[in-house]
Amino acid sequence: MATFLGINLFGLFGQLLVGLINGSFYALLSLGLAIIFGLLKIINFAQGALYMLGAFFAWMALNYMGINYWAALIFVPLAVGLIGILMERFLLRPIANEDHLYSLLLTFGLALMLQGTFTHLFGSSGLSYSIPEELKGGNRLPFMYLPNYRAWIIVASIVVCAGTWYMIEKTKLGAYLRAGTENPQLMQAFGINVPLIVTLTFGFGVGLAGFAGVMAAPVYSVSPDMGSNMLIVVFAIVVIGGMGSIGGAILTGLGMGIVEGLTKYFYPEASTTVIFAVMVIVLLTKPAGLFGKEA
Amino acid sequence: MKISKSAIALVVLGLIAPFILYPVFVMKVLCFALFACAFNLLLGYVGLLSFGHAAFLGTGGYVTGYMMMQTGLTPELGILCGTAAATALGALYGKLAVKREGIYFAMVTLALSQLAFFVYLQAPFTGGEDGMQGVPRGELFGLIDLSDNMNMYYFVFAIFLFGFWLVNRTVHSPFGQILKAIRENEPRAVSLGYNVNDYKWAAFVISSGLAGLAGSTKTLVFQLASLTDAHWHMSGEVVLMTLLGGMGTIFGPLVGAGAVVTIQNYLSGGELGNYIHIIMGLIFVICVLAFRSGIVGEFQKFMKKNFS
Repeated sequence: MATFLGINLFGLFGQLLVGLINGSFYALLSLGLAIIFGLLKIINFAQGALYMLGAFFAWMALNYMGINYWAALIFVPLAVGLIGILMERFLLRPIANEDHLYSLLLTFGLALMLQGTFTHLFGSSGLSYSIPEELKGGNRLPFMYLPNYRAWIIVASIVVCAGTWYMIEKTKLGAYLRAGTENPQLMQAFGINVPLIVTLTFGFGVGLAGFAGVMAAPVYSVSPDMGSNMLIVVFAIVVIGGMGSIGGAILTGLGMGIVEGLTKYFYPEASTTVIFAVMVIVLLTKPAGLFGKEA
Repeated sequence: MKISKSAIALVVLGLIAPFILYPVFVMKVLCFALFACAFNLLLGYVGLLSFGHAAFLGTGGYVTGYMMMQTGLTPELGILCGTAAATALGALYGKLAVKREGIYFAMVTLALSQLAFFVYLQAPFTGGEDGMQGVPRGELFGLIDLSDNMNMYYFVFAIFLFGFWLVNRTVHSPFGQILKAIRENEPRAVSLGYNVNDYKWAAFVISSGLAGLAGSTKTLVFQLASLTDAHWHMSGEVVLMTLLGGMGTIFGPLVGAGAVVTIQNYLSGGELGNYIHIIMGLIFVICVLAFRSGIVGEFQKFMKKNFS
């Protein structure tokens, strides 16, 4: 067994890998939250429920319609994004001018409804979704065993996160987006359809949760409360990263996954608490979060 | 004048309630009503949405349960310990949370309460997933046997009235006026020279202490302290109670707590149990979209429009 300074490398890298995978999901979910919060000032409490919905959609697509993983990876985020668009258009827009806290409460209510509906339909025990044929198996590296699907999760989510970051921060479309939320009247005067931009942004942020859901289906069990457990951790991550910071959400998401993995190896009892402990430390030293701007 | 009339009505209702309804049910309503009143002090009067109040309810419950089971304290001392612990936690969490505003505040309180939740999940004395069971109710002042439901009821009612009075007293004091000023226009309150964060912090401490009192009392009533009370769903539930009843109104939290507990009791018995979350979520959505002043708020509006 490979050891270094008394550390079992196999175990350590194993936990690091698990951490990195969790971190990929944290990054995808907190990125969605950061987009929706940073640009629309909406705290989307339903993000976790929509992630759960993404996983269930993938499961239902396979079992009821025979749609495979790869197709689901494209269609499910679109479907979840569409649901987000309907949510924004018919539920959130009417209260857009009220206190932002109402959007938090509304989405919380929606999350409860979604979770309740799926518990009612499928029970709370969880379903399994098998890894697609192409990604079965794995590689034996000198210090660890790396299953293909897990490598795929990490690569795919980093690509998606980086692409999203690039689109928002570096392209013209992203500039419109940021300007449209900064000063809607002015953008309207330039002939840009701001309500449409808002709706599409919400749909995109939510679609990311759907994408994460499909990716998660083969590694976690597909169950109605998979989202609510995840959501709270992701909120802590968003607080740590600095709310609304796109890059901060991605880096903190991955970073916290790794921190969690390391804790699981060195002091397992604290692994579920460590992110919240980090949050407290960050709040004490940098109240706006690691990458946030002081409000 | 109007308040005192309704206050008398409340006391009379409270005194006769256990003869009409099942006392344990009314006690449950009173505990949650106290919890909601404490929460409303923050949300309704300072405009701070704490999404972590379950931490204080849970802390009160666990500490009281632990003291009652391990040290043989009398119930009033047990409750005092629970309340003190929740107040201390509130003082600590408040210091961290009041630095941030609005949605940030909600997120910070939520994450802090989750920290408490994981501690209670793993600490050796809490019984983990099973919770603390068989907490004795004990004898009040060493004299009155609380295992009798009627004795227990009037004890709980007295505690509730104390909490309700304290919230009212706070709201209608000069301190409460400043809180309202902060809610209405924080920059102006700052420019008037008030140290806004200190006022928010003080309100947070009072609120968390009362939430702890509610949790402590609840533990005695049900002889059980469990993770449910510390879970973030509970934080959501108290928001729902306040929103449904009418935030920023004196009686709103009471009405809201009564309504939510009644709905839950009604649904959890039968085969409708699965629908609880769906219905709670639906109430949330409807309240936010169409019914933002809550039952009491809408009622007051109606009275104003038609009878004044």
